[in-house]
Amino acid sequence: MVENRPFAQFMAYLTLVIGVLVVAFPVYLAIMASTFDAATIINGNMPLVPGDQAGVNYPRALFYGGVHAREPVGGMMLNSMIMAMGIAIGKILISILSAYAVVYFKFPFRKTAFWIIFITLMLPVEVRIYPTYKIVADLGLLDTYTGLIMPLIASATGTLLFRQFFMTIPDELLEASKIDGAGAFRFFKDTLLPLSITTIAALFVIQFIYGWNQYLWPLLITTKSSMQTIVIGIKKMITTTDALTEWQIAMTTAVLAMVPPVLVVIFMQRLFVKGLVETEK
Amino acid sequence: MAGVTLDTVRKIYAGNVEAVKGVSLGIEDGSFCVLVGPSGCGKSTLLRMIAGLETISGGEIKIGNRVVNQVEPADRDIAMVFQNYALYPHMSVYDNMAYGLRNRKTPKDEIEKRVKEAARILAIEPFLDRKPRALSGGQRQRVAMGRAIVRKPQVFLFDEPLSNLDAKLRVQMRVEIKRLQKALGVTSIYVTHDQVEAMTLSDKLVVMSGGQIEQVGSPSEVYRRPETRFVATFIGSPPMNILPGKVEGPGRVSVGGQVIAVTDMREGLTPGSSIEVGLRPEDVQAGSAPGASSLAMEVDFVEELGATQLFHGKVAGTDFVVQASTGQIGADTRKLTLSIDPGNVHLFDPQSTKRLGRV
Repeated sequence: MVENRPFAQFMAYLTLVIGVLVVAFPVYLAIMASTFDAATIINGNMPLVPGDQAGVNYPRALFYGGVHAREPVGGMMLNSMIMAMGIAIGKILISILSAYAVVYFKFPFRKTAFWIIFITLMLPVEVRIYPTYKIVADLGLLDTYTGLIMPLIASATGTLLFRQFFMTIPDELLEASKIDGAGAFRFFKDTLLPLSITTIAALFVIQFIYGWNQYLWPLLITTKSSMQTIVIGIKKMITTTDALTEWQIAMTTAVLAMVPPVLVVIFMQRLFVKGLVETEK
Repeated sequence: MAGVTLDTVRKIYAGNVEAVKGVSLGIEDGSFCVLVGPSGCGKSTLLRMIAGLETISGGEIKIGNRVVNQVEPADRDIAMVFQNYALYPHMSVYDNMAYGLRNRKTPKDEIEKRVKEAARILAIEPFLDRKPRALSGGQRQRVAMGRAIVRKPQVFLFDEPLSNLDAKLRVQMRVEIKRLQKALGVTSIYVTHDQVEAMTLSDKLVVMSGGQIEQVGSPSEVYRRPETRFVATFIGSPPMNILPGKVEGPGRVSVGGQVIAVTDMREGLTPGSSIEVGLRPEDVQAGSAPGASSLAMEVDFVEELGATQLFHGKVAGTDFVVQASTGQIGADTRKLTLSIDPGNVHLFDPQSTKRLGRV
């Protein structure tokens, strides 16, 4: 819109503000709830201004856990962190290498290989969960980090993203490095990898959050409470059968669970956006 | 340094498309050879085969005395300048030039010496720390050449290196490339579709068409004595006029009943047989001169080029262009008499399109 129409502008801002409020209010509520004691939350009249229990709730959640599921959130966060990092880094490694092979090497059935990778987009974890569970169980990987990470690493999205990016790199660059005496590995390390930094960052953000938010898979294959991830931890805290839910601890845990993804997004935001929109090379 | 020899080199792409059809060519050590032709004539493919970026389907390529058919590009001792420069965008200018040497395990102080020297020759010393994206087109072009120079190769290969530059810069860089090549004395092969570049740069001009060589020679030879009608109309701007004519007798042809004398004419042509008469727009004069043949021309319109004017019209029903210095002919002239110097007439066989000059 070029012309300056105050009313239209006001409406636009109003819509935006309402949208932001709708999204942000539950988050705000969770943060507030993490600063009160259980009684204040339960009686139904929780104030919307911060209480004074934050200093009690956070250390207790981090190092002790709930009354029933007595598992410190610190440990769960570590598990989640290892899993999310493993998935993000593993996915990037696998997909950048497979995209490199598919784009730059001419081998028989190259197109077929690409299409097979592409087709796995139709088979997310939820669809192939039983066979995957069976394999992981047979390999004795239940309750291990490997079992948590490995089945989630294979990624068509990542391969696709890198492939599209590699296709925009002019062939002359490859030819110039051939003449400069760089072999396949050198070209990858010296030219392709530095040029892919923004794409890698974008993928890292997406996959870290994807890994961090995993629920179904960890729920299936972890039984030991020491292997629990934070997402499952929250769930366990609010399903108690014979006692009051400790809402203040659950909310504290939820707030803590939000922190790492938010930090990742904040610190990688600029690279992330660049990686998704950059076309000029 | 070394020359380059091509012996019946062929390139056949998948689907039996023959891009290069048995090209044989000898390029002397230290000479500047330009391959020129319209797009799709196989000149770039030929260059890329010499570089080792395309496999050779048949024949042999020698650099110096070594057959390089199976040699990797990096080991052919060549350097290439690409049309889009192909600089590594994430490396500084210095690293761009040093990269090939580093891969070759050249000692560090030697790399520094060579890069500094190349930067000095090309006047890019102030930019050594910059990234290519912070440079202008002309500066990037220099870096690309610097990357070639530091390698101290036996052969420079240029693949239309000036076509991404604006017209003024192109002229300037053209002169610079020529000067640099003379100073370094490295055998150079240069591909272009621009005939002005081809004429001005080359010691040896190779005109290609349809995957074959049409003519090889010095620029003036190619201009003065084109061997085929294709070369005649491709080299020279505006292109040569071709008129349908008839053989009248030894040294005489006619165009639409007007007889012209010709110096360079094959003997023993049957009188009455058809022939193509080529006349360069800059070789015909307005007005009749004693001893010269003449042709009548009807003028349709005039193009002003500043120093010269182009008169477009028809001679004996065929399109014809005459170039004349501005002011020599009145711009509102409708009928012209053209005088033709017998030495400036080119004859071609209508079937084979080959030159019908003296043997």
